[in-house]
Amino acid sequence: MLDCKHNTELLSQSYDRPITLRERIAMRMHLLMCRGCRNFEKQLAFIRKATRELPRKL
Amino acid sequence: MSDIIPDALHEHRSYLIRYAMLQLRDPDLAEDVVQETLVAAIEGRAKFSAQSAPRTWLVGILKHKIMDLLRKRAREPQLDVAEGEDENELVDALFKQNGHWADPPRTWNAPEQSLENAHFWNVFEQCNQRMPLNTARAFMMREFMDMSTDEICQELGISTTNCWVILHRARLALRECLDLNWFGNAR
Repeated sequence: MLDCKHNTELLSQSYDRPITLRERIAMRMHLLMCRGCRNFEKQLAFIRKATRELPRKL
Repeated sequence: MSDIIPDALHEHRSYLIRYAMLQLRDPDLAEDVVQETLVAAIEGRAKFSAQSAPRTWLVGILKHKIMDLLRKRAREPQLDVAEGEDENELVDALFKQNGHWADPPRTWNAPEQSLENAHFWNVFEQCNQRMPLNTARAFMMREFMDMSTDEICQELGISTTNCWVILHRARLALRECLDLNWFGNAR
């Protein structure tokens, strides 16, 4: 079973490389049960969006 | 075409400096690459197509200049060994021994609205500044300059796995900093 530390690593890597089906299922299973990681997942998406908007905000 | 006369270039200068600073975090280096960019822009202005906005065109040149610089630097020996240790401390602080969150992330209130708030962007830039230099550089190459992980590894001369680790730490650090300093989840 994936713990939070490894789950956050995978969530982060999903932005940097293609994630395998097995990894994706493990992440989804973990996220179903873990509110902290669900918040983290949303916040990662927000951080990406914000950083990509940064050039327009300078 | 009339946009790309030398006087007009200076209007874009401060923007370019801020852009370069975000990636390089060194005023002298930022100054150098922007200077090179402006020179290249003046020399190459015949190639400027009226279809693109002058700023977009200048940023395109600037990105190349930044890349050249980072590439040169990647070949130089790195002295900041302590950096990696600091970053491990962050991960150790965030997670317990059993791999669970020490303090699970809480909801962020109305993050989309933050994007419209000028003060948010100050905090965001400050959080960026607080990241260790090489972490911030890799992160900004990925997210700000929109380079692929492979390109970043190659340019920085590091392994793919190391690249993922660095990018992950950057996101953890940035998340933590925004959480504490903007979304008000101070502990």
